Amino acid sequence: MPRWVRHRYASLVVLAVVIALLPLLFPSSYYYRVAALVWVSALAAIGLNILMGKAGQVSLGHAGFFGIGAYAVAIGPTHLGVPPLASLLIGAVLSAALAYLVGRPILRLKGHYLAIATLGLGVLVALVITTEIRWTGGPDGMPVKKLVVFGWRASGADTWYWITAGMLLIGTWLALNLDDTPTGRAFRALHDSEIAARVAGVHVDRFKLQAFVIAAVYASLAGSALALMNGFVNPDQAGFLHSVEMVTMVVLGGLGSVIGSIVGAAVLIMLPQALTVFQEYEHLLLGFLIIVSMIFMRDGIVPMLAKLPGRRA
Amino acid sequence: MAEFFQFLVSGLTVGAVYALVALGFTLIYNASDVVNFAQGEFVMLGGMVTVFAHAAGVPLPLAAILAIVVAVIVGISLYWLAIAPARGASAVSLIIITIGASIFLRGVAQVVFDKQFHKLPSFSGDTPVQMMGAAVQPQSFWVIGGAATVVLLLYLFLERTLVGKAVLATSANRLAAKLVGINTATIMALSFGGSAAIGGIAGVLVTPITLTSYDVGTLLALKGFAAAMLGGMGNPFGALAGGLLLGLLEAFGAGLSQLHLQGRVRLHRHPRRAVRGAAGPVRRRAVERV
Repeated sequence: MPRWVRHRYASLVVLAVVIALLPLLFPSSYYYRVAALVWVSALAAIGLNILMGKAGQVSLGHAGFFGIGAYAVAIGPTHLGVPPLASLLIGAVLSAALAYLVGRPILRLKGHYLAIATLGLGVLVALVITTEIRWTGGPDGMPVKKLVVFGWRASGADTWYWITAGMLLIGTWLALNLDDTPTGRAFRALHDSEIAARVAGVHVDRFKLQAFVIAAVYASLAGSALALMNGFVNPDQAGFLHSVEMVTMVVLGGLGSVIGSIVGAAVLIMLPQALTVFQEYEHLLLGFLIIVSMIFMRDGIVPMLAKLPGRRA
Repeated sequence: MAEFFQFLVSGLTVGAVYALVALGFTLIYNASDVVNFAQGEFVMLGGMVTVFAHAAGVPLPLAAILAIVVAVIVGISLYWLAIAPARGASAVSLIIITIGASIFLRGVAQVVFDKQFHKLPSFSGDTPVQMMGAAVQPQSFWVIGGAATVVLLLYLFLERTLVGKAVLATSANRLAAKLVGINTATIMALSFGGSAAIGGIAGVLVTPITLTSYDVGTLLALKGFAAAMLGGMGNPFGALAGGLLLGLLEAFGAGLSQLHLQGRVRLHRHPRRAVRGAAGPVRRRAVERV
């Protein structure tokens, strides 16, 4: 493998080139929309991957934070008169605060118990969104006002393609940087063995909480971006199935691999779009492909592909 | 008092179903360390196959047996075709495989059956029985009695038969079980089959009350998983207690708070949404417990 491939930012450069060149292949604005959807999902998946892949903690309720971000930009401008951009930041701060408060007690749990506790958190957020009809429109969702920054209105699929791509690049860059920081190393240490990490002087509780908060902020920002792009939010975005979808993206792409999360998100967003030609066989094929790819690529798509050249040598 | 009894009965009925789903989780988890998120799909299959066989003219008891057999075949196939080839994969990967399997089974049900809600006739009529001032649906007795029978049979199977003891040995220590000559792969396939049978039975019993459709499995798997965790994962009695507790908490939580009462009234029109609405206090409790 050439040396430049191993450089930390190689994948970031590749991603930037792909983002820049992809629109040349797009015949219609529908493709811009799907691609923007991939970037948004990838952003949330990268955050979750920092928690799951790097720090080794499970979350089955991550769509809750996604929902908080989405509803922040819906409720802020509509009910409270807060500008969309400020609402986006408020959503991120709220998500971080909730992750911090709830994370303190529940991150002491391990394995399946952590899974059920985070699942409960996600369900609670979805429940509040569904029942507070006055604020959130209940199960039917609510419209979101357009993003206006200094008089410039962000609308149209191509505009949002570039906005979400920019967010994804920043998110990817930060996540890639994490690897070589003391925090990133601490995450890896507590992933491999919590006891060993503790013995080596890593403040385990603090770093778990940090990973949880980082992941929550990523999800919240992705949720805000999606809501502003769609001009509409509904409670499904905070629901259990969306949490499961996010976990599937991370695992399918490869735990711990930042690029893997983008690939996983791309696969899970584009596959249903591609499978719609099969109409009612769509779910059947989607489930089948998930099973087959997990059996044959059990470490995920990207780690599996990364191993290939080494094996031949 | 009458209201209390009403909540008690409806809580026990729903709880019995959760307990059966949780028991299915536990059986598979013990034998193979897999958390099977396709567990709810067995319940769906139990209900849907019975409905469609019954509609095709098969007598109800026969249709129910057919449905349970179908669920068992699907359960065993799930092990041999999806779980066994992935042996050695990480726990998360195996969970994703079962999630894939649940999407797959839902997709199959959507094609083979349809996307409508379906109802089965109650086994012994719809005339409510008056007990302690509360009106109890006869089907509730079937659900609670059926669940109790399943638990008893499972207990006898595990404690009194050689194969059952092999299942216990496999869950206690897989390597040691292998060393004393137990074919652990067969035992795991068996536990998938048994767990599917339990799910199928739950589906047959509960369909006259809650209706069924191709996508009821997700929510049931969620509740069953919560019940299994509430009782302590891997403990059959815990699964039982967790399921009943969850059902009771839901019934009383829904009955006692005005907000959720509205959700319950909607139960017949939007079963999924209403049950989700009723989940509130229970979730919070689940977080506190663990």
